[in-house]
Amino acid sequence: MIPLRVTAYSIACSAGTGVPALAGALRERRSGLRPNDFTDVPLETWIGRVPGLEDLALPSRLADWDCRNNRLAWLGMQCDGFFERACAARDRYGRDRVAIVLGTSTSSIGATEEAYRRLLPDGRYPEDLRRPIVHTPHSLGDFVRAALETEGIAVTVGTACSSSAKAFAQAERLLRLGLADAAVVGGVDTLCGSVLFGFNSLELVSPEPCRPFDVARRGISIGEAGGFALLERDGPSGPWLLGYGESSDAHHMSSPHPEGLGARRAMESALERAAVDAASVGYVNLHGTASQKNDEVEAGVLAAMFPASTRASSTKGWTGHTLGAAGLVEAVVSFIALATGVVPGTLNSTQLDPCCGPQLSLANETADLRYVLSNSFGFGGSNCSLLFGRDRRD
Amino acid sequence: MTERDADVHAAHLLGVALWAPRLPGWSIAESVLRGEVAAPDQPASRPSPSVLAATERRRAPDTVAIALEVAARACESAGIGAGELASVFACSEGDVVINDYMSETLARTPLLISPIRFHNSVHNAAAGYWTIGTGCMQPYTALSARHDTFGEGLLEALVQAEADGKPTLLVAYDIESRGPLATMAPTRGIVGAAVVVAPGEGVAPATGLRWRTARGVERTVPLERNAGLVAGNAMAPCLPFFEAVARREPCTVRLGLSPSMLLELDFQFSVHKVRQAQ
Repeated sequence: MIPLRVTAYSIACSAGTGVPALAGALRERRSGLRPNDFTDVPLETWIGRVPGLEDLALPSRLADWDCRNNRLAWLGMQCDGFFERACAARDRYGRDRVAIVLGTSTSSIGATEEAYRRLLPDGRYPEDLRRPIVHTPHSLGDFVRAALETEGIAVTVGTACSSSAKAFAQAERLLRLGLADAAVVGGVDTLCGSVLFGFNSLELVSPEPCRPFDVARRGISIGEAGGFALLERDGPSGPWLLGYGESSDAHHMSSPHPEGLGARRAMESALERAAVDAASVGYVNLHGTASQKNDEVEAGVLAAMFPASTRASSTKGWTGHTLGAAGLVEAVVSFIALATGVVPGTLNSTQLDPCCGPQLSLANETADLRYVLSNSFGFGGSNCSLLFGRDRRD
Repeated sequence: MTERDADVHAAHLLGVALWAPRLPGWSIAESVLRGEVAAPDQPASRPSPSVLAATERRRAPDTVAIALEVAARACESAGIGAGELASVFACSEGDVVINDYMSETLARTPLLISPIRFHNSVHNAAAGYWTIGTGCMQPYTALSARHDTFGEGLLEALVQAEADGKPTLLVAYDIESRGPLATMAPTRGIVGAAVVVAPGEGVAPATGLRWRTARGVERTVPLERNAGLVAGNAMAPCLPFFEAVARREPCTVRLGLSPSMLLELDFQFSVHKVRQAQ
């Protein structure tokens, strides 16, 4: 692969709107989780809700794409000067030379759910929701393409909770083959009934704020987030994407491989592509959903692969599990760690499960990090690990 | 055309599969698309992929059934074990039947959502079942690009094949929508299409491809006599590609990647294959 520079990045999630806000929340250990106030039918759980989306107005030229998910995409693009940087790249390289590769698990299904709640007596959609583009999985990719006015490759990746991590891998291949000069990758997923009641049906939703890797963890807290990264062959500043690894568990639709074979393959492949050995990785941002099975399996792979000196944590106690956006959110957490040296611990958790190795951190630490690995694993056994570096590696 | 638009990549096809109610399998589809025989009048019933256990075959959503059927047929046709191939799953509208069920249930009794239907609602469900059923630990991806899903899916398969230097499986499919969602995502019938692509020049009788991306809006349209065979299904834009494969004559097919970008494919057929066809 070719190293790619992350020349701009942005984030909007419950723990912070904008990179400085998220960095502050990580440093000061402020969680974005709050008791569920999203669903009409009560569901006892905590959620990572982004405030203000209900009142956010898209520019009139983008009104056709209006829905909660695309509003969050818009908010994410407006953060951290990302929109201007992406438009500048588009003008520099040409409209057809910037690829759009975005990950989401449910895209704007929330708009479809709303239409079904408000069906007219004759069974038709309410008039304001008769917009096919928000009832299709590519709603997100098409919206961002329209918002940035690009004219190149535009695609939406949907591999559940690995979606936006895999967007980085797909974008690297496009740039390596010369099919684009820059890529806008990102992940956007919003709270909706499908995921809240869906994960509830699988008995995976925690009634309290999630406690990743805690011996008494009770499941996941679902969050929403929108964020982006601009990838180029080089640029004036920014961290580097040095490696990625992808694999399939080939085991079960909603449960990880018991020995974490797929997860391990993805992590090893990311290290191999980057030509970085495990001992050089200063921090691993784990998938760490706080589900019984994920954390147990992931902790086992971590302990087997890394020396005791490697720090590792899950930051889902801050943001909740943002599903298809998790890869992007945790890439941004990785960038913050590389830039500030603040290595986040694991929020809400107090007593580590005995399955955890010495790498797992509850408290924040500081370290001079050169390499960070970020894990994202999804339903359907889809695994992706990303290796980021502070500097280019030649 | 800019200089970069002229960047041309080489690939070849190792295997193909196509399934639609009136094109049930590649051997029939190939003859029909060539105009040699008429399509069967009676639509075939949903395929029953052998990758799944017998009990699972009946319960499988249409998305999973069609995707696994064409995926397995393309691997057979390529003579490659399914477990060895990285794959790209492409579906324009997702599982519209499950989305209808989820939305309807959420509107009435959200606490009664079926856990199985929930985990089958993810866009990568078919890819998940495929890798589980074949024991394949190679990576897969699952994507959509609305009307340009087949083009984007094929591009990603070609890109992966070239980037990783090995054959890659593309599986593209869409099913029939129902309920109120069908008014917004109107897709009819069941269509599945799969190809195994490999990088570089192939050995005869493989179908050779020269491919590039280019600005443009003029997509190749299917022959009038064939268009109706998949009309109404969201994966219908795949048809010109399979017409070209069936016809075995040099030609260029243009598939959409986005509203103003195309994937251009020059089909090349070896002398050996042309003679065989005559």
